[in-house]
Amino acid sequence: MQIDPFLLKALLAGLLISVACGVVGSLVVVRRLTFITGGIAHAVLGGVGVALFFNIAPVWGIFISGQLAALILGIVSRRVKRYEEPIIAALWSIGMALGVLLAALSPGYQSDLMSYLFGNILLISPYDILNVVILDAIIILITALFYKPLRIVCFDEEYATLRGLPTDFFYLLLLSLIALTVICVMRVVGLIMVIALMALPPTMMLNHTNRLHIVMLGSSLISAALITAGLLISFRFDYPSGATIVLLTGLVFLIKIIISELRAKA
Amino acid sequence: MSADTIMRFEGVTFGYGPHLVLNDVSFSIKRGEYVGIVGPNGGGKTTLLKLVLGLLKPQKGKITLFGKDPEETRSRIGYVPQYFNVDRQFPINVAALIEAGLLNRRGFLPMSKKEAKEKIAEALKSVYLDGYQTRAVGELSGGELQRALIARALVSSPEILLLDEPTANVDPAVGVSLYGLFQELNKDHTIIIVSHDIGFVTSSVTSILCLNEKLYQHDGSKLTPEVIESLYGGHVHLVNHCHHCHGEEE
Repeated sequence: MQIDPFLLKALLAGLLISVACGVVGSLVVVRRLTFITGGIAHAVLGGVGVALFFNIAPVWGIFISGQLAALILGIVSRRVKRYEEPIIAALWSIGMALGVLLAALSPGYQSDLMSYLFGNILLISPYDILNVVILDAIIILITALFYKPLRIVCFDEEYATLRGLPTDFFYLLLLSLIALTVICVMRVVGLIMVIALMALPPTMMLNHTNRLHIVMLGSSLISAALITAGLLISFRFDYPSGATIVLLTGLVFLIKIIISELRAKA
Repeated sequence: MSADTIMRFEGVTFGYGPHLVLNDVSFSIKRGEYVGIVGPNGGGKTTLLKLVLGLLKPQKGKITLFGKDPEETRSRIGYVPQYFNVDRQFPINVAALIEAGLLNRRGFLPMSKKEAKEKIAEALKSVYLDGYQTRAVGELSGGELQRALIARALVSSPEILLLDEPTANVDPAVGVSLYGLFQELNKDHTIIIVSHDIGFVTSSVTSILCLNEKLYQHDGSKLTPEVIESLYGGHVHLVNHCHHCHGEEE
């Protein structure tokens, strides 16, 4: 049996992406940062628009806008807590508006913009795969190096502060990791659906272990299985890949929650 | 400052906006004391605790901890927060919880894994939780979690143990056993307890700070119903708990 080279590349990318997704998604879930993650993901579209408008490689627009959004959100949420939610909402919508407007002013924008919004892993290039490999390596290295302080800052930030840990630095580092992961995951499901793939697999793992690194490992495996299954279904029936993966993830999540609740009541 | 004085508040005033929470508060605590801080809700107990930890700065007056600014010396305090503020959904076991007390300022373990394991086991033993290392924090009872948090504070070998409402929301019998534990720990540590439970506190401590914006410092045995009434601003009964009759009141 010969496997379609497009599908093969997509499956490989999916497996690589699920690692970043599981590792950073676990931190997002335990630190309850899904709303901020949504803000960063949507703000990134502004960077896509700028890159398309000035005809530079979108990956740079995405990288810079993601890190900038993480920095702004991090500083505002630490320094002026009451502005945290309005700033997330502002970056979320202004990023989208800027992306749509600048893309509209750029020639031949539409297919590019759609692939960033909704993802198209089947069109992933070897260059994109190399980018994902590098980002994966960076994410794993940073998380492994700072695993203990990141865990304690996520679990009990007040205690970490009292122990003298630089909690602001670790919080900004976490948001920066989220921005890097968004770049990886948007290739699969697009910016709009990034949150589903980052938040749902770790949540499915939460009640099954008392160790954070096992949550990371388990949710990476769940993500890999769901991305692979979603890709195969979308390829077989010619469905949009991102939407298929997210719907499958949502369905499995719902089934898991229902089973857990029924077991708890039994 | 006397060599034995390890904490001193001198004319400390603090407020949020126009509302004063602490007004010209002065007191000192000596090494080896067992101090209870009591007072009504909103009386300034939590604010005082944050000032001691250097998380807030006084608007007037001066605070010294071991003769220095609290921010510099707070690592010598073992802080035990209220257990119900702990996120029990978080995937963390008791060993990892306590290990946090061993991390240095960069967030790394400044010792071998073996040494850390021994210190964690020792801290658990001192709070009667031997063998709890692999238990999930979310599965512990309120009393067990409170003890685990005390072990986390103890593992860093602090000189002062600062406990925030350690018996809030635990069964009376658990409260009795916790106060027994605090008396044992007082042999090697200065203990400061913030509590609503005046009955328990007065029967255990050597000194009481009654706080309601102003501060009244008493020898534990001299805390009269009149003082408590003036502190709480209404008719209040002082109930002394009997430590030997499992939570029943005298």
